[in-house]
Amino acid sequence: MTTASITAKNPVAPRKPWKATKAELIPVVGALALAAILDVVVVAVTPMKGKLAYALLFFIFAAGLQMALKWRNLGRRAAIDSLAGSVAIAGAAIAFTPVLSLLATTVIKGAKGLYPGFFIHDMSVANYQSPLNQGGVVQAIVGTLYLIVLATAISLPLSVLTALYLTEIRGKASGFIQFLVQAMSGIPSVVAGIFIYSALLLTTSLRGSTIMAALALAILMIPTVTRTAQEVLLLVPEDLREAGLALGATQWKTVATIVVPAARNGLITAVILGVARIAGETAPLLFTLGVSNKINWNPFSGGQSALPYYVWSGLGDGTELGIDRAWSGILVLLMLVLTLFVVARIFGTRKVKIK
Amino acid sequence: MSSTLIERVLPQKRALTTKPRPSDVAFRSVLNVMSYSSLLILAAIGGFLAFRGFGAFKENGLGFITHAEWSSLVGDNGKEISSFGLGAMITGTLIISSIALVIGVPLSVLTALYLTFYAPERLRRLLVTVVDLMASFPSILYGIWGFIVLSPMATYWAKLIFKYLGWIPFLSVPTPAFDRSPFLAGIVLSIMIIPIVTSVSREIFAQTPLERIQAAYALGATRWGMIRAVALPFGASGVVGGAMLGLGRALGETVAVYSVLNIVFKINWHVLYGYGGNIASMIVQKFGEASFTEKKALLAAGFVLFVMTLLVNMVANTVVSRAVKSGK
Repeated sequence: MTTASITAKNPVAPRKPWKATKAELIPVVGALALAAILDVVVVAVTPMKGKLAYALLFFIFAAGLQMALKWRNLGRRAAIDSLAGSVAIAGAAIAFTPVLSLLATTVIKGAKGLYPGFFIHDMSVANYQSPLNQGGVVQAIVGTLYLIVLATAISLPLSVLTALYLTEIRGKASGFIQFLVQAMSGIPSVVAGIFIYSALLLTTSLRGSTIMAALALAILMIPTVTRTAQEVLLLVPEDLREAGLALGATQWKTVATIVVPAARNGLITAVILGVARIAGETAPLLFTLGVSNKINWNPFSGGQSALPYYVWSGLGDGTELGIDRAWSGILVLLMLVLTLFVVARIFGTRKVKIK
Repeated sequence: MSSTLIERVLPQKRALTTKPRPSDVAFRSVLNVMSYSSLLILAAIGGFLAFRGFGAFKENGLGFITHAEWSSLVGDNGKEISSFGLGAMITGTLIISSIALVIGVPLSVLTALYLTFYAPERLRRLLVTVVDLMASFPSILYGIWGFIVLSPMATYWAKLIFKYLGWIPFLSVPTPAFDRSPFLAGIVLSIMIIPIVTSVSREIFAQTPLERIQAAYALGATRWGMIRAVALPFGASGVVGGAMLGLGRALGETVAVYSVLNIVFKINWHVLYGYGGNIASMIVQKFGEASFTEKKALLAAGFVLFVMTLLVNMVANTVVSRAVKSGK
């Protein structure tokens, strides 16, 4: 009869002996509550004050009470285990606090300067000290889009071909090339900027323009795209390659019609991650972009603007209005980066698609 | 009749060969050549910066690395008198990066341990995404946030540290000026390196062999006992590699440090005191109004930075890839 009662509609509840029972949870919650009360009392009584004191004392009380509890019930080793757990939680909490602060501050401070015209107007009439309902970032948005397109156009062929070399040819130099790509990912962005400056601008009559900045950004983008593309291409099953070759296709045909299409979504992810890497870069632009306060449609001559550069100038302006503008600029930039991040996640969830 | 028919159907005997088709020859040679683009770019960066900066190296000799002074003046006779030394900037960069490591690495390791061994599955997935997200924040965001939000807090913390630990030589200050100190820049950098150090450490910890973890538990170890006896020794080399990758990032960070640090060409060992040095930020600071000679010296400074970060990154990558391989 018992077997009959076990149906899909009425399953036996699985037992989870590792889960804390209510009786076990009560002292834990109680200890936390007691720690909170003690925390408030001690801060009120002693001269200590501020968020720092609250956080520190709460940690000491909470960890201490838990330890005492464990020591009483289970002994010394359990108490040490409990302390280690508390420290790990506290460490993670400290590490993640800045993210919350960064996001919250950006949204709160950035929203102040946002108005519909912010996305339509440029800075040719307004300056950084103008009231916040004048001027905008349209020139910076256009500039950033230009930079993204050009840097991608320059870096994508190099990156994908290098990744194909590493996954398809697997030649003698693979290890060395891999090493170089990893070394490249460590190039500081400022170095990429001054390299383009020293190679192309210092002794020539050329001036900073969109294409120069895009070259500098491409240097930073190549390692990211190469490494992600390589990971994705490695996920394409070996069977597919062998099947292509067995059907009499050449390696070129196999790669072009089977391997790359199979990894298409992953390759898109690679590009998006590369774009996210460079969209917010500021340092290279300072040497290579020139200056412009209105839209410059010509990427090969004349200065250009970009979102990070707009923020940089606002911060450098130093006035209250300038910094407000910088926050609004960073909010727009952050939205762009977050969008890219989410899109990359969506494409990245299935890196290899076989139809 | 029939024999001719058979002759027509039978294909000509084909010579078996491993010779690749022309399309493959072209394909493979293009890939072979293109794969060296990274070598070409690295060599070009090193070459150009060294070439342009050669004058500054020659003129200042070893002093370019050791001297703290950086000045370029036009004398009475219209001739430029210059003396370029990166001493203060190099020590400053190392001090700030060390602060970043001292604060950032323990936090990252704790976070990685929490994510691998403590966090519930759902929370872990969420937090791993957040770590990736942190890595993709633009550095200017960290800069402006550090300048506006963190700076007052860090000044307050610096005062507290000075009050209670001021007797330690490097935590003392000559006069009470705590703003825009190496300490603040170090905290900002520590936040910026947390994502990379955390994700490398987490990856290594996640590879800890399950049978060793279960063996530790079977022998009666607590969770902490297991971490200390199994996970930490297993992941140690990966953590070291991750920390070095973080160091590489910290050495080359520009905009965030520039926003929060008061750059002065004097060696400063007092980490809480309100000035310091940083090669990358100094290049940005000086570049705008630099003369041709000074620009070349700044390119030489860039070369020094390039070599420093390249070496650190190469060692770090070797350590990490060895750690990952041994895990597999």
